[in-house]
Amino acid sequence: MLREELLEVLEKNARANLEDLSVMLGVDQGTIASEMKSMEESKTIAGYHTMINWDKTSEERVTALIEVKVVPQRDEGFDKIARRIYEFEEVSSVFLMSGSFDLMVIVEGKTMQQVALFVRERLAVIDTVTSTATYFILKKYKENGIFMEDTKKDERNLISL
Amino acid sequence: MRDFLNETVRNMKPSGIRRFFDIAAEMDNVISLGVGEPDFDTPWSIRETAIYTLEQGKTVYTANAGLKELRMALSRYVKAKYSLDYDPLSEILITVGGSEAIDVGLRAMLSEGIEVLVPEPSYVSYIPCVELAGGTPVNVPLKLENEFKLKVEDLEPLVTENTRILIMPFPNNPTGSIMTREELEPIADFCIRHDLFVISDEIYAELSYGDKPHCSIATLPGMWERTLTINGFSKAFSMTGWRLGYACGPQWLISQMTKIHQFAIMCAPTTSQYAAINALEACDDKVAAMRREYNRRRRYVVHRLREMGVDCFEPFGAFYVFPSIAKFGMSSEEFCTRLLQEERVAVVPGDAFGKDGEGSVRISYAYSMESLKTALDRIEHFIQSL
Repeated sequence: MLREELLEVLEKNARANLEDLSVMLGVDQGTIASEMKSMEESKTIAGYHTMINWDKTSEERVTALIEVKVVPQRDEGFDKIARRIYEFEEVSSVFLMSGSFDLMVIVEGKTMQQVALFVRERLAVIDTVTSTATYFILKKYKENGIFMEDTKKDERNLISL
Repeated sequence: MRDFLNETVRNMKPSGIRRFFDIAAEMDNVISLGVGEPDFDTPWSIRETAIYTLEQGKTVYTANAGLKELRMALSRYVKAKYSLDYDPLSEILITVGGSEAIDVGLRAMLSEGIEVLVPEPSYVSYIPCVELAGGTPVNVPLKLENEFKLKVEDLEPLVTENTRILIMPFPNNPTGSIMTREELEPIADFCIRHDLFVISDEIYAELSYGDKPHCSIATLPGMWERTLTINGFSKAFSMTGWRLGYACGPQWLISQMTKIHQFAIMCAPTTSQYAAINALEACDDKVAAMRREYNRRRRYVVHRLREMGVDCFEPFGAFYVFPSIAKFGMSSEEFCTRLLQEERVAVVPGDAFGKDGEGSVRISYAYSMESLKTALDRIEHFIQSL
């Protein structure tokens, strides 16, 4: 239970400090620290990233979702081909999917041309890849549970009994 | 022109502490820990259900007592949650918020001269509702030394031959106090001994953070037949503006309450009733997540207050803490006014909830951790300056 609740808090706020976590969960700091350490070692906690809305910066970024069909290989299944793909720095995520294609590959680049070039020259040419379909993200409304644009005002009265 | 006003109404005091509220209303950049409603949005599935029924044109009156489907769902819900047995067709009334249930329940039973025991500090509507119904409210002091739990020894001296009703406001607004089954047992004995009826306002039942789930006094032996259990959707499902509550009780009372409700209100808002079915049937996980979040804030606020040297008992219900500020040598109102003026933090003077709340202040933790931190930093700064 502690583990799940700790993750519930950290999932929303990776910056929560030990002292606050200990108070909020009613558990001493040592226990929290060792719990976090063990989850980091087991990769239950795989990282502490910052969610950035790049649209608000001067940095150009485009994200594409690419459906990839592949021929699975004997003894290796999809894992080996997935690795061929996920080792590229341009690739931010790779998922094995059910349904009409095999791998969902998420690629980030500075421009659409750059992503297209990556697909054409790096991804589509891998032997076991039989087809790709590239979809560019035009706008992010919600990501990881966060509304990207809406900022809600507290409309409650200052005081109510 | 003659004076057309009813004397009871004219003599009613406006709720809370006017002067303090007026000052607060005029101020800018105030960070408030002063509200009695959740900060979460109503879960989207509930809102989406409402939109869908509006699209379908489900906008006519429901049965006076409420949609049958909602009462059936409620009957299953209170059974599963609180082990309460109520027949959906004759023992449940859907009301416009828990507040209407309190009002109608009192009106169904009171007449001139009947005395109602009202523990205080508690929610501000009990006494005016008793007075409007023609009854006589009798204040029962809840005491800090008992962590504002109700004790038989505080009730016993106040019973007269005219006493008929006891109001049970737990989990309590403003103190956050709860009563466990063991603590309710002597109260139940007392009620049976004096043949009293209980109106149990359990609007905060879902926001209970003790080891055991909320205990409803109607589940104690001999109490079902002498208890009106009041609850609603506002706090548990974060649905304050939807105005939907309910009363569960024996058929002889619910049938009469339904008459008053029928003539005064007709029926509770139809859209809210449809949405409420979704709340009962599909939102357990969301309510549990909100409860966990409140619980973390609760621990944080109590810890911070104690750390800065404020006396604060640990409350296990609702979303309030009720620390004592007596040692700072100020009245509650003075403390709150100065905190507001010097640090721009709004909390509510305890005596807004009855004179027995004097010496304490109500701090609501229906705010984000971020707001709580900022506000508590300011309160700490204020305390250090005293």
